[in-house]
Amino acid sequence: MELKKRINWIQNEFAMLSIIILIVLLLMGVLNPLRFFRIYNLQSMAFQLPELGLLSLGMMVIMLTGGINLSLIASANLSGILMALVLNRLAPPETFTGTGSGIVLLVILVGLAAGIVVGLANGALVAYVGVSPILATLGMMTLLNGVNILITKGYVISGFPPAFQFIGNGKVLGIPFPMIIFALIAAAVGIAMKRTPYGLEVYMLGTNETATRYSAVNVPKVLMKSYVISGLLSATAAIVMISRFNSAKSDYGESYLLVTILAAILGGTNVYG
Amino acid sequence: MSQLLLRRIYSKRSNGSRYKGCIVKRLLQKHESYIFLAIILLTIVITAINQNFLTLENLFDILKSYSFIGIMSIGVLVVLISGGIDISFTAVATVGQYIMAVIITKYTGNIVLAFTISIFIGILLGLLNAMFIYFFNIPTIIVTIGTLNVFYGLLIVFSGGRWIYNLPEWFARFAEIRVLTLLNANGIPYGLSIITVIWIAVIVIAAFILRFTVLGRSLYAVGGCGFDKSPAQRAGINIFRVQMFVYAFIGFTAGIAGVVQALLVQTVAPNSIVGKELNVIAAVIIGGASISGGTGTITGTVLGVMLLAILSNGLTLMRVPSYWYDVVIGLVILLSVSASALRQKKKMQRAIAVEEA
Repeated sequence: MELKKRINWIQNEFAMLSIIILIVLLLMGVLNPLRFFRIYNLQSMAFQLPELGLLSLGMMVIMLTGGINLSLIASANLSGILMALVLNRLAPPETFTGTGSGIVLLVILVGLAAGIVVGLANGALVAYVGVSPILATLGMMTLLNGVNILITKGYVISGFPPAFQFIGNGKVLGIPFPMIIFALIAAAVGIAMKRTPYGLEVYMLGTNETATRYSAVNVPKVLMKSYVISGLLSATAAIVMISRFNSAKSDYGESYLLVTILAAILGGTNVYG
Repeated sequence: MSQLLLRRIYSKRSNGSRYKGCIVKRLLQKHESYIFLAIILLTIVITAINQNFLTLENLFDILKSYSFIGIMSIGVLVVLISGGIDISFTAVATVGQYIMAVIITKYTGNIVLAFTISIFIGILLGLLNAMFIYFFNIPTIIVTIGTLNVFYGLLIVFSGGRWIYNLPEWFARFAEIRVLTLLNANGIPYGLSIITVIWIAVIVIAAFILRFTVLGRSLYAVGGCGFDKSPAQRAGINIFRVQMFVYAFIGFTAGIAGVVQALLVQTVAPNSIVGKELNVIAAVIIGGASISGGTGTITGTVLGVMLLAILSNGLTLMRVPSYWYDVVIGLVILLSVSASALRQKKKMQRAIAVEEA
């Protein structure tokens, strides 16, 4: 009995992951105590974490439906490049002197719109055409990467106004601003998944699609919603990413793709939905 | 249950039409016919713009330069049929290729030894994948994403990322061997490269295994089961043996592909193959293999590779800026998968109509 209880407890991914994080933290601390536990180091981790976290959330939402979103990074880069283009047009780095708070809002809307469009396209392919998610998003990834290279010709677009740079580099009460964004959005996604009818439908869909359809759930609509949310999350990651780097390029974050899948799985998301 | 019923009804129907329907109708039901049509259309368009496309010389060139992707795609096909997926094969090919290159440059060797080393390492790493997948029961995509990083990471650590340029002379000479030699208008010889012949050999081996051996047929059975393999198990198939074979086979093709890639470019760089895995998978998918297992043919896969090869070769000959490549290839993938999904849907609807009638 005792043993069984313990195994159950270990099987709980949340507990397991917390223990691993604690062990890694301790190990790092023991190996290099002076450097690791400095505020500076913790802060720099907190700056890098949010974009990966946002992308992983985008991956998680799709994996809960039983799919996978390979176009996540490409879509983030598309949002980033479009935002960078608009920023450079409205506030050229050579002549622009103000902080540009008004422009920032417009630019963020552009980025989010790009995310929504990609999400709608992915969702339509999966929900209405009936393509399996891995293939639809694989094609979308190749297509978007091509579009990104086509727009930028492989060059870096850089030089953003200070108000925009604040998003990725600023601090509020010593806490990095991206971390705050991530915490808020993670909380919002968490609530949407656990406390709303939509969230329940997503989990049902991932478990058994046929049963979900017979329970009068509008499956295509749920899928569409999920892909749009995923697109929005990737756009949000793009906002944080390009403002931190102060530039946008067609192949930023390419190595993140498999990491986001791993992060979502480590967090206990089942690949089969 | 109802799905099973539908499938049974549908299969009865299709069996009936196999004997009654005319040849054209039967061909129109096959995914391969559509790719073949696409290839012909593409050939007409490209030839209209640039006469140089439809020459034997260019064809042999395409067949040579795409044999690397072609060989790996056969391995990927076998894994997809069995219902799994392998992402790590590029890393396996790189490791095999690098160790092979180190040995033949340090000591002497010959081409047979080069292939033997690379294939041996490929199969070994493939078996390692299979062990993880079977004993820990982890989804294949996760295992192979993990082993991709482990294999590639270890290679970078031990090699220091160094390139190998000084490959022996016999290695370069082997790559130039032609099985069939012709002369073009300027008197320069061209012809069917030995590298293409290696690709063809891999195709023949795989086709034989898939079509005529019990092992090959059981691959389709295991893949068709989906995630729950117990029906295949009850039919007397040893799942463990099937999986060992599948991942050893993709390791085998990766090992060959590693040497072939080295033959083609005559340098060995640790980062030149890794990153191409999705291109290869895309070619197999365009060829009609299903990601959920159980279906897929060698013909389709070869046609899928050829479609991509002709596409990129044609774009170059039509002087389209290279920025457009990914856009076009992305569109082709989306079109191809959408078309086959829609056809699948129609089939299901027809089956439902039959049931209600």
